[in-house]
Amino acid sequence: MAGSGLWFSLLLAAAFAGRAVALWPWPQSIRTSNWFYTISPHSFQFKYHASSAAQPGCSVLDEAFQRYRGVLFGSEVWPGPARTGKQPMSEKTSLIVLVVTPGCEELPSLESVENYTLTVSDEQCFLLSATVWGALRGLETFSQLVWRSPEGTLFINKTEIEDFPRFPHRGLLLDTSRHYLPLPSILDTLDVMAYNKFNVFHWHLVDDPSFPYESFSFPELSRKGSYDPATHIYTAQDVKEVIEYARLRGIRVLAEFDTPGHTLSWGPGVSGLLTPCYSGSQPSGTFGPVNPILNSTYEFMSSFFLEVSSVFPDFYLHLGGDEVDFTCWKSNPDIQAFMKKKGFGDDFKQLESYYIQTLLNIVSALGKGYVVWQEVFDNKVKVRPDTIIQVWREELPVNYLKEMALITSAGFRALLSAPWYLNRITYGQDWKVYYLVDPLEFEGSAEQKALVIGGEACMWGEYVDTTNLVPRLWPRAGAVAERLWSNKGVTDLDFAFKRLSHFRCELLRRGVQAQPLSVGYCEQEFEQT
Amino acid sequence: MELRGLGRPRLPRLLVALVALALLAEQGPRVSAARGPALWPMPLSVQMSPRLLRLSPDNFYFSHDPSSKAGPSCSLLQEAFRRYFNYIFGFYKWHHGSAKFHTETELQQLLVSVVLDSECDTFPNISSDESYTLLVKGPVSFLKANRVWGVLRGLETFSQLIYQDPYGAFTINESTISDSPRFPHRGILIDTARHYLPVKSILKTLDAMAFNKFNVLHWHIVDDQSFPFQSITFPELSNKGSYSLSHVYTPNDVRMVIEYARLRGIRVIPEFDTPGHTQSWGKGQKDLLTPCYNKQPPGTFGPVNPILNTTYSFLSKFFKEISMVFPDQFIHLGGDEVEFYCWLLDIISTIKKRSIVWQEVFDDKVKLQQGTIVQVWKQELYAHEQNVVTAAGFPVILSAPWYLDWISYGQDWIKYYSVEPLDFGGSQEQKQLVIGGEACLWGEYVDATNLTPRLWPRASAVGERLWSQKEIKNIDDAYKRLTIHRCRMVRRGIAAEPLFTGYCDHGDKM
Repeated sequence: MAGSGLWFSLLLAAAFAGRAVALWPWPQSIRTSNWFYTISPHSFQFKYHASSAAQPGCSVLDEAFQRYRGVLFGSEVWPGPARTGKQPMSEKTSLIVLVVTPGCEELPSLESVENYTLTVSDEQCFLLSATVWGALRGLETFSQLVWRSPEGTLFINKTEIEDFPRFPHRGLLLDTSRHYLPLPSILDTLDVMAYNKFNVFHWHLVDDPSFPYESFSFPELSRKGSYDPATHIYTAQDVKEVIEYARLRGIRVLAEFDTPGHTLSWGPGVSGLLTPCYSGSQPSGTFGPVNPILNSTYEFMSSFFLEVSSVFPDFYLHLGGDEVDFTCWKSNPDIQAFMKKKGFGDDFKQLESYYIQTLLNIVSALGKGYVVWQEVFDNKVKVRPDTIIQVWREELPVNYLKEMALITSAGFRALLSAPWYLNRITYGQDWKVYYLVDPLEFEGSAEQKALVIGGEACMWGEYVDTTNLVPRLWPRAGAVAERLWSNKGVTDLDFAFKRLSHFRCELLRRGVQAQPLSVGYCEQEFEQT
Repeated sequence: MELRGLGRPRLPRLLVALVALALLAEQGPRVSAARGPALWPMPLSVQMSPRLLRLSPDNFYFSHDPSSKAGPSCSLLQEAFRRYFNYIFGFYKWHHGSAKFHTETELQQLLVSVVLDSECDTFPNISSDESYTLLVKGPVSFLKANRVWGVLRGLETFSQLIYQDPYGAFTINESTISDSPRFPHRGILIDTARHYLPVKSILKTLDAMAFNKFNVLHWHIVDDQSFPFQSITFPELSNKGSYSLSHVYTPNDVRMVIEYARLRGIRVIPEFDTPGHTQSWGKGQKDLLTPCYNKQPPGTFGPVNPILNTTYSFLSKFFKEISMVFPDQFIHLGGDEVEFYCWLLDIISTIKKRSIVWQEVFDDKVKLQQGTIVQVWKQELYAHEQNVVTAAGFPVILSAPWYLDWISYGQDWIKYYSVEPLDFGGSQEQKQLVIGGEACLWGEYVDATNLTPRLWPRASAVGERLWSQKEIKNIDDAYKRLTIHRCRMVRRGIAAEPLFTGYCDHGDKM
């Protein structure tokens, strides 16, 4: 980053150019200057470069242009420029976008390339990227470069950015089972994810308390298992809408159907699926995890996951596999007999493995990859070598960094979530704790570190619904977003505080109810409706 | 992948099970939080008969008993009638089919009667009578209170008695309720200096306070960080000391807050904390703050400068204005240093107001005038502090266990709920000096984006502790009622956060 003349290097730029470099997450490489241009809502346009592989009609970019017009200028319709002469030299009237490879109608994937370069100079405003997904990231950066004078004039500084993510999987988990989240809450979250360059929506759809996913193969699941089948469900149409809304923002939807534990809400809709618990020699009337000894269980799972794998187009499904409580299995005489027959002894982990292996075979046969929670690895279930293991436990059985080392040394890819349980609120600026985590700070070879594909911020739903979701998520999840996108060396807390404070005000301006980091104010505060 | 076994409190889980069972037993398969009456805070005495009455929005109205000392000219009550009609009927699914009920099983009218001088056009104060009796029977029910303040509390209770049966019909049990608060001072503190709160947020908070029978808004209006109060006498204070010129409370804003609060039986007590916590004052009032010497960089300032005469003439004028802007008898003076206080308290008594101070003023042995209220806020040994302050004969407001800005994971409302404000050694006379308490939501990390879900329903726990009898402390029962009460708040437009896993049954996907 050799600076000369007008150019400043990274931190200098932050000090001098002030608002012009309030980017979040921080790009891999930036050169910026205190020379700036104006932008006018009357004349400014997003345009495709003549040799771009994406051209008008490209849904992803056409819609993105429209969205970012709204972000920059508001939703009002601006009349064309007053024809009173030439544009001033210092005005930028367009951002030219050049995408190298086609793919406007495709879905983003784990392998998607999100690199882009953005140039704002005397000659041009130019965004170059390999894919439309990279162009989306670049558009977001462009929108963050634009700043406003108190009179409302828009400016953008002379800037060169080369950017790409540090990790390819940057996720956010929402839990729609403990509390139902209305569709608009999910869609709004996807918008803010895009502002933060998150690219995976991990949808923890169902769990013990409720089953809001409306299955067309097994409609009884949500009819009997949702909080309210008239209002608290996601129809096929809803799910489609979420997936498409996410796609247009370069976000994958990773659906989780957690089994064999966390399945109480499945029980009412599928008789015989759950294990009847016994007290003494009698069934107690309560139910435990999925019953792993019945053929009917696996027949059901085959049909159910056949549906799920076609409804959710991402290559990966999340199969859960966490926190299986063995008490009920232990109490059930049929299960005891099965254990004996299989020679499992008293080791219920073997029974769990038996279930999970069978399930994984079913899902593999459907041509899907899978992500599982760490217990599946901890309990030594034999899984395919390309399985992704998600680490969520902070200290047990081992510290999460140690767990990352173990998983990667066994050759599996790993996802980190343990330090990023955003539902666990505390007083003060806990974003700093999230921010200072480094997912690769474990002992291991370069090959091992290369197996860490990213991480996820998790917002579990015990205490979260649409009343408090947004301020609890933002800007705290932003800390995780930058950790997963930006260079390892971007760790200065003061620098981050300044940019994140500014970014949260920008979120308010965009209508997002993001809570404050500390004392202070934003020009535009959140207004209650 | 929830955190089972990793620190979730055990009790609430048990509770959830109990509640679930109870609801199952009452209502069949689906566990929801919105059916059946759930009173919050629990009244002094409730007798509820199983006999049910129906109500229909087409055939129900509030009216004044001919013998009432308040009539249709009392706009406070007229407004309240309109509000509560909407709370009761406005937010539910409508089930038309124009049901005709038998007269004896339909409730058509709530007849309201104020027995003594209504106080309709006055401001509530520390000794306002909030008691009421409610007799629910068909076709006419009766709400009787000495003053309009009791009517407001009774209307809230009446609205909480009404629920929709499984077929959507508005239903109420015949019942008799008589009620009055345990403590006269039941407050919420908001802090508009660390973050500015738009007036709309303050008004929303007043709505929610009324739903929880709170009666004091403690407005910590200025502090080091900003001075949003626009003074007529000293306009530079907010011109220079506010975050920006749009982060200001104009005289009109303040009047609006005070009137909105009055209509809900809520007092507004402003706090102007001096001589510390005043950095923002210095920008608009030259020489008010003490210039620091020693190693401080030049141009830094400390607390209000107590050695200048100009300081005192400024404060006299300033507090004179404050005493006219805010009608309440009390002004909160904050609290820090000693010498300064004797003098400040004098100013306050010459403008015929009474003072509330934070506990340091008492701890530092400032000679307080009789009747000065001491607000206890320090967590450590707060019961001891209550004992010492009341032993010295001063009234006490308790806040120490109720700092709601101190968030933590899980159901912390239980902790707030389980506080007993009179649980300190001391005589009967001493206990009578405890006039109530306040839930405090300091603003370091709170603004309009997260105020409401952070405040409600957590502050509701404090609301019941201060209104209801000491014996009302069963956590299971409270959980059940509070879950329904929070859904009711959500329905009325307050984004109150959930207590735990579950949902609200009102058909609008919340």
